[in-house]
Amino acid sequence: MIRAATLAFWSHWRRHPVQLLTLVLGIALATGLWSAVQAINAEARASYARAAAQLGADKFDRLSRSDGKPMSVAEYLTLRRAGWQVAAVLQGTLRVDGASVTLTGIDLVAAPDLPAIAEASADSRIAPLDALTAPGLLFANADLARALGDRPDLPPVIETALVPPRRILTDIGTAEAVLNSTGQISYLLVLPDQPMGRPPLTEIAPDLTQEAARGTQDITRLTDSFHLNLTAFGLLSFVVGLFIVHGTVGLSFEQRRPLIRTLRALGLPMRLLMRLILTELLLLALLGGVIGLALGYLVAAALLPDVAATLRGLYGAPAEGSVSLRPIWLVSGLGMAVAGTLLASAQTLWRLSRLPILAAPGKHRWSARPRAMRNQLLIGLAIVATGIVTFAVADGLIAGFALMAGCLLGAALALPPALAGLLVLGKQMARGPLAEWIVADMRTQLPGLSLALMALLLALAANIGVGTMVASFRLTFDGWLDQRLTSTYYVTARDDAQGTELANWLAPRSDAVLPIRSAEITTGTYPLFVYGIVDHDSYRRHWPLIAADADVWDRVMTGQAALINEQMARRDGLWPGSTVSLAPGWEMVVAGVYSDYGNPTGQAIVALDRLLAHFPDVPNTRFGVHLPADRAEQQAEALRAAFDLPPGAVIMQQGLKAQSRAIFEKTFLVTGALNVLTLGVAGFAILTSLLTLWSQRLPQLAPVWALGLTRSGLAWLELLRAVTLAAMTALLAVPLGLVLAWLLLSVINVAAFGWQLPMYLFPFDWVKLFALALLTAAIAAALPMLRLRRLPPAQLLKVFANEN
Amino acid sequence: MKIRALLLLLLWPWAVSAQGFAGLGTAAEGFAVPERGVELHFPADHGAHPDFRIEWWYLTATLDGADGRDYGLQWTLFRSALKPGEQEGWQSPQIWMGHAAVTTPDAHYDTERLSRGGIGQAGVAASPFRAWIDEWEMSGDPLGAMRLTAAGPDFVYRLDMQAKGPLVLHGDRGYSVKSQAGQASYYYSQPFLHVSGTLDLPEGPVAVTGSAWIDREWSSQPLSDDQTGWDWFSLVLDDNTRVMAFRLRGSEDFTSGTWIAPDGTATPLANGAIRTTPVRRAAENGPEVPVEWHLEIPSRGLDVQVSALYAGAWMDTSFPYWEGPVTVTGSHAGRGYLEMTGYR
Amino acid sequence: MVAIGDPGLDSAACHAMFASGSNRKKRRTMLLTVDHVSKTYPGGRPVLRDASISLAQGESLSLTGESGSGKSTLLHLVAALDGFDAGEITFDGTSYATLDDSGRAALRRDRVALVFQQFNLIPSLTVAQNLAFHARLAGRHDPAWTTEITGRLGLSGVLGHYPEQLSGGQQQRVAIGRAMSVRPKLLLADEPTGNLDEVAASAVLDLMLELVRLSGTALLLVTHSQSIASRLDRQAHLSGGRVA
Repeated sequence: MIRAATLAFWSHWRRHPVQLLTLVLGIALATGLWSAVQAINAEARASYARAAAQLGADKFDRLSRSDGKPMSVAEYLTLRRAGWQVAAVLQGTLRVDGASVTLTGIDLVAAPDLPAIAEASADSRIAPLDALTAPGLLFANADLARALGDRPDLPPVIETALVPPRRILTDIGTAEAVLNSTGQISYLLVLPDQPMGRPPLTEIAPDLTQEAARGTQDITRLTDSFHLNLTAFGLLSFVVGLFIVHGTVGLSFEQRRPLIRTLRALGLPMRLLMRLILTELLLLALLGGVIGLALGYLVAAALLPDVAATLRGLYGAPAEGSVSLRPIWLVSGLGMAVAGTLLASAQTLWRLSRLPILAAPGKHRWSARPRAMRNQLLIGLAIVATGIVTFAVADGLIAGFALMAGCLLGAALALPPALAGLLVLGKQMARGPLAEWIVADMRTQLPGLSLALMALLLALAANIGVGTMVASFRLTFDGWLDQRLTSTYYVTARDDAQGTELANWLAPRSDAVLPIRSAEITTGTYPLFVYGIVDHDSYRRHWPLIAADADVWDRVMTGQAALINEQMARRDGLWPGSTVSLAPGWEMVVAGVYSDYGNPTGQAIVALDRLLAHFPDVPNTRFGVHLPADRAEQQAEALRAAFDLPPGAVIMQQGLKAQSRAIFEKTFLVTGALNVLTLGVAGFAILTSLLTLWSQRLPQLAPVWALGLTRSGLAWLELLRAVTLAAMTALLAVPLGLVLAWLLLSVINVAAFGWQLPMYLFPFDWVKLFALALLTAAIAAALPMLRLRRLPPAQLLKVFANEN
Repeated sequence: MKIRALLLLLLWPWAVSAQGFAGLGTAAEGFAVPERGVELHFPADHGAHPDFRIEWWYLTATLDGADGRDYGLQWTLFRSALKPGEQEGWQSPQIWMGHAAVTTPDAHYDTERLSRGGIGQAGVAASPFRAWIDEWEMSGDPLGAMRLTAAGPDFVYRLDMQAKGPLVLHGDRGYSVKSQAGQASYYYSQPFLHVSGTLDLPEGPVAVTGSAWIDREWSSQPLSDDQTGWDWFSLVLDDNTRVMAFRLRGSEDFTSGTWIAPDGTATPLANGAIRTTPVRRAAENGPEVPVEWHLEIPSRGLDVQVSALYAGAWMDTSFPYWEGPVTVTGSHAGRGYLEMTGYR
Repeated sequence: MVAIGDPGLDSAACHAMFASGSNRKKRRTMLLTVDHVSKTYPGGRPVLRDASISLAQGESLSLTGESGSGKSTLLHLVAALDGFDAGEITFDGTSYATLDDSGRAALRRDRVALVFQQFNLIPSLTVAQNLAFHARLAGRHDPAWTTEITGRLGLSGVLGHYPEQLSGGQQQRVAIGRAMSVRPKLLLADEPTGNLDEVAASAVLDLMLELVRLSGTALLLVTHSQSIASRLDRQAHLSGGRVA
């Protein structure tokens, strides 16, 4: 019986292969985009984790000389002989194929186990002799290893995926030789498990300062905003994909109802039937899930290089551009596919399970149901209100997300009633029988299309919201760069002595040479950087102040007041007029607050002499040089030659800005690609909804046809209706998208990162998106339309046919 | 395989063997090999022998605390060469490892240090004698006054030591055979040290006195392939006799030892002259090991029970082993140290 | 008067006999002539074979026949809802052969009206909108006339309802009202009472015939019921796609 029933049941798909394809594709799309985003996020995060673990770099406190100079082995020994458990690190830059890579040499004997070395050693059976004695070994990832392999002047390279891109890891002995810095140590890692009775640092090495472990939070917090965007897109695509699944499953069971009735009349128990159905859905979900994973992998692989470039450039996060398959990813992807399919089918299955054996084929109510619509509107508004109340009561990131979720979900629920309201308006404006019919008919189509339209609404709103945020960020950041990077170029000297020489050399040759000197002060839980500046017009004219007292610059330059960055202002509630404690015993009045995007730490600006009064030893090695742009390149070249400066010592402002902007273009590329993908999925949802409605549409269209409309005329009207509904949805999506953008810029950003971004509006983008929405709906409606045009009259006539 | 783990493999002969790291135990690969009949010279041989693969300066002490409790402590400096010879700077092939521990009747504190040679972080000078790694140091005259310091996260100790007897050469004038296949090491001891000083423990400082025993050993091929570990005893009996006895566990056990009269006269105990029988096993802080032994040297009329002061004296170092103070009862009474390796 | 067509051996003679004399004169004044029409659905057997009927202005004709005899198909062809393979249909001076899809749609909109067994009404429109729909589409909505029809059909109380809220009999009365409100020259009805019980069927039929007479509309009615057929001016019977 089971076999017969299964065969009968599944024969449906043989007769409707397109429907089967749609269902599997819907599951695949949902799983695919979701998985792609998961893969991208996981890959990027794994890269940060690798980078952090590789050095243990940020896990441990560091010791370095206050003056920034390298340490000697003697200083290392002094600490060791006093019981301090430290590991020496020598770090430097190596030119490889025209790009600079960071080479980190760690004392592999004293340092704790490094995962990169451990794993590579396991794979390649490396002997300690080879790693620790000349020529030594370099550890690098595959790309870099290939480039390094061509260099006969370098030690052999061991390839390991655990070293971040553009980094080389090696023993300190090898690093000395490669970097030609014998006897130098860049900094010391303070290891765990220090012995009892260790003398304080000030007693044995007063020249050294201890820098607290930075943790990986910096990168994580910054990049979280990026991942947040991606995740929002992924989740949205998943939901939109589920709309497709919902539609198709509904259709397939609608069409199989007579069969199900017959099977049950023949004595097949409902329970067995449900098991058959569930098995079918499960198999389809797994099939779709597997295809989706493949799809997701491809999308991720295609997008990841750009994502990685964005993360590297924007946040300095060491992300890699290739995807690796993680078992957890595969499992969770399939899990999402199955769970999503079941969720999307729940309503259909529930209805089916309650279907009486002899129920007539679905009878549909055509009059609009004002009460149901009103209820849905009320529920939608209630959800929005819940979000607002949550945000009002609670605070912080979670509350921000609750508000965002409430707005999106509530708005989606309120969409069909809102559209119905618009249609009432349209009805009043409609002139002529056809127009009246079209409007009335759209209203009856609403329930069937509402899920797809909600999907479209969410896709459009997300596009507007995320697009506005990214574009606002870019515009703000661009402007901010212009304000902050006012010098024509920046130069860094080796040490204070060279710094003085540089300043002397530059003084007669440029308009201004502005020293950039700062001290890092760890007072509370986070580090504070205090910058000392000398008075210059470029500060007064360009510095991006977001709040300031009158005569702010005069007061700062005469040492009466300080400027602080926005992060610090928001975190500590310090605004002009407040008093800020910069260091123990050093308090100043805040005269202004400036925006400081991308910086997780606190920052303050005071007059240089005030800084030197408290910290006389701050290095004097960095300068901003002002001169006419046409002379900049030439002078920088002369400067490099005169002082034999390394390539990274002179940074041109133009290049810096161009680089920053290039990074944003990458971000846009990724955002844009995801935009198109989500819209595509929403379009697919519309298509499947229209196909689902197809069998219900004929009884609605046939009478009109019989009364004197051509099939092609009806087909065009069908297209018009779909496009009109999409247009109305798009109109409603604009305000929702702007609310979303505002939430992201002014609520989520502040809660997550401590800075608020001004919101810029891009109406032209909305017009483009509006057109894209219409296009999406038109493409989705094109297939049903063509089908209607070519429909044989006999099919339409069947509607009227007597059954006897 | 991790670099540190590999280093430890080199440093720990039994680990090498137990890990199936074939060849290392038997082949010398350019390293010098102990030879019978070579006379040891002092103070030169107190220093390092970089042409040999492995070497150690190993001190154990049994102590009486001013608080009336028994204590034991360990101070060890291991040297292992990646290749023969020494070189200045970070690329030195000499790797040094320090182990230090304090054992009380109910606790065991230990710690480990690693360094390479060539930069001065660790090393041994023969005259005046000084062995050090980081701030740990053992220095002075092995036949006169010496000082010993070490520290870990849970303890610090500082001891003054005074030699009350001569150096003792094991085996054939310092040539100590370790297997029937002929593996051997140079091996001598200073078992006649009187000590006094302070232990700083988590519960506070305690003044101690007692006796200490230094073992010096170097070789390049200490074990045969089939040997998986050893049980090693250094006992100070109440009649001022010292006994060194060990059993190397392999396909066939190999025993050896030295009977040291109070005046320092040493008599080797040939393979088979010593019988060791585990009496009670315990698994505290580590795998199960015998913490009570029946030790017999019939030729000397020795028939004693050897019991651990604290059964959990496991060295929680990169490669764990058991090392702790023991008390001796039976035909003779006394105290000593027990080391057990290769138990899993 | 029925024109009988038969492709059989004897039919030529029969046809010649009927076609001569009075028949020729009638054809000139005929509102509708169906002349030797055949229709086969793709891949199926012929539904209509050489069928011929004619209908004068204001005349009513019933088409009876077994299920599958082709009577509904013949009605659909007359309504210009579907095309045919051979023969000729002329209605109100228009030859169907010359009509394209939009010409047929215009003909349905302007000159004929249809009442089917079911699904006549536009579900998204109210009764009032349905009643006026066809007339407004054809551009000759006469509110007075529609009100008159509405009153006669007893629908005044349900004008604001949607079709689904009506009984079957009421729905068919709306369908008839909508058809008549356009003042068609020809009303085509396919089992208009087939879904109704006997009492309702009789009432609906009465109303329809009354309105047809009142407006001078010709009626072509497909039914399987002999008693209904007998109430019309003439009867034709189809069997196996032929008019018998």
